[in-house]
Amino acid sequence: MIGLVLRRLAQAVPTLLLVVAASFFLMRLAPGGPFDLERPLAPAAMENLRRVYGLDQPLLVQFGRYLGALARGDLGPSFSFRDLTVADLLARGLPVSLTLGALALLLALGIGIGFGCLAALRQGGATDRAVTLLAGLSLSLPSFVVAPLLQIGFGLALHWLPLGGWGGGAPGHLVLPVITLALPQIGAVARLTRASLAEALRAQPVRTMRSLGLPPGRVLRHALRGALLPVIALAGPLATGLLTGSVVVETVFGLPGIGRYFVEGALNRDYTLVMGTVLLVGVFVVVLNLAADLAAAWADPRLRGRA
Amino acid sequence: MSAPGRGVLRRLGRGAWASLAVLVLVALACLVGPLLTGHAPERAYPDLRQLGAGLGPQPAPDRIGPALERLAYRMRARLEGFEQGPDSVRLVLGSDEPVDRRGLVYLPRSDLFGEARVVEASADGRRLVVEAPLRRLHFPLGTDVHGRDLLTRSLVAGRVSLLIGLTATLVALVVGVAYGAVAGFAGGAVDAVMMRLVDVLYALPFVFFVIVLVVFFRPGLGLILFAIAAVEWLDMARIVRGQAQALKACDFVRAAEALGLTARQILVRHVVPNALGPILVAATLLVPRVILLESFLSFLGLGVQEPETSWGVLVAEGSRAIESAPHMLAAPALLLVTTLVALNSLGDGLADAVDPRTVRRIA
Repeated sequence: MIGLVLRRLAQAVPTLLLVVAASFFLMRLAPGGPFDLERPLAPAAMENLRRVYGLDQPLLVQFGRYLGALARGDLGPSFSFRDLTVADLLARGLPVSLTLGALALLLALGIGIGFGCLAALRQGGATDRAVTLLAGLSLSLPSFVVAPLLQIGFGLALHWLPLGGWGGGAPGHLVLPVITLALPQIGAVARLTRASLAEALRAQPVRTMRSLGLPPGRVLRHALRGALLPVIALAGPLATGLLTGSVVVETVFGLPGIGRYFVEGALNRDYTLVMGTVLLVGVFVVVLNLAADLAAAWADPRLRGRA
Repeated sequence: MSAPGRGVLRRLGRGAWASLAVLVLVALACLVGPLLTGHAPERAYPDLRQLGAGLGPQPAPDRIGPALERLAYRMRARLEGFEQGPDSVRLVLGSDEPVDRRGLVYLPRSDLFGEARVVEASADGRRLVVEAPLRRLHFPLGTDVHGRDLLTRSLVAGRVSLLIGLTATLVALVVGVAYGAVAGFAGGAVDAVMMRLVDVLYALPFVFFVIVLVVFFRPGLGLILFAIAAVEWLDMARIVRGQAQALKACDFVRAAEALGLTARQILVRHVVPNALGPILVAATLLVPRVILLESFLSFLGLGVQEPETSWGVLVAEGSRAIESAPHMLAAPALLLVTTLVALNSLGDGLADAVDPRTVRRIA
């Protein structure tokens, strides 16, 4: 188990290096810079700015400096939010995005597994068909369509919930973004749970338990334990999907999370802010995938030997 | 068509056929529809902004009065009265000075009326009776903030969305199939290195990269195509590699090897055709993902740029005008969702038909 963790962490280092290098050189190769304003700066002022931020050095030197600072845990100053460092901005945005993401993940797993079980237990019935249909629909509903619809319904028509904004994290402000974020994931989890549980219920051990007259609750618990393995493995990709989804949801609902900082940073050519966000997301993807693999290994002893 | 191909068609369920029919309809509508609506997609009618959906001809009777008031003001005249016939309107213009007849060109310019004709004029020229035919324009789904026909725009946008969906999938398909087939068939160290690279790429936050790419280089159709295809070939490579590995152990492939066929011949003649089923399924399910990614980018303003339009662009415009004109969201969103649902359910149906035992797609 510890070996697995160490191996995976060692593999993560080149992946993250690739993330840093790719985003660094991609951005620098593109035309334009962070100090291009509507009204061009005086050449001397531009020169000074570039020197202060080290942009006048050769690219490789800049990259080396960035890596050096990174090794000390320094993400650099933000170019567009003057006087703030990238670390400050990410520290501000992270709680927002994490709250949204964690709640959405819980909601997706809870509702998705619940509906998936219902469908699997009533295979071929009306419930099953309804769940399959709704799950398929939720996978095809883009979040940027769902979000405005929810805003019309619950915000403009019913006046139950605010249209957007963070509101200091008040529960009312969280409801619509979390639902928007969770919706496609609910569909994915429900489909997977249904397929996997249906197979487990057809398998020999479960049929034997049934024929021995064990109570249905115990049979289900037994079948579910094996059937949830693929769902656990899906949690990693799910969490990645939530990070991606946060870009749209935070933009539509006007939430100050890292997704929003990322989009703004990219639009303003804020090199360090974009790099910081991409790196942070990369770390999250690696960690979440590792966590999902560990959970899978914990639940299924057969996986423990493999990397 | 080969025997297994016919088997797949026979096993294709009713739902999948229905989805296919819907897709053909949507594609036909997008291709042919814009020619039939009577509006060019870029044609703006400034006097008919944000019209609601409706089948009646425009200008609607209640719009004629205010429009004439505005036009009379422009002509530096007063609207002293008007009378509305079935196809034309007769208006009385008055002024303290003689009315300048050159001002009548404002009437046809307004999109609402045709060429105006003076019916009678008072001797001093201060009072004119003018008759102008009514334009009969139809906007079944209403107009947008610039007064452009939403039906036409939604259909033209569909062309772009579908085109990107199909082309990016095709590119991802070619790259993924070639990569996966080579890796799976070569095996050993080559396979290990090639698939390790895929694993590393999988761990990258790719959507973020696509956004960086699109923001820093000027957004455009070509770049979006490239960025999406660069992200989406990975799944295909994995699927094909698994198939190639399994096929390599089959007797007929070993026989082909023994007969002295080159690796290339075996790949093209045996491996790829036999993996065609899963490839087809994966490709069908890839199209909606590509369309979704494209509209996601366009929604953020990073995808398709004006004057081109796509469903994502229209949904974004609709959601910005959500308080004043919710109908603007309805048409493009409905088309987009219908297409995505149909593609997904066609893919599922194909998956069942290709291999009835396969567990359904996960995400």
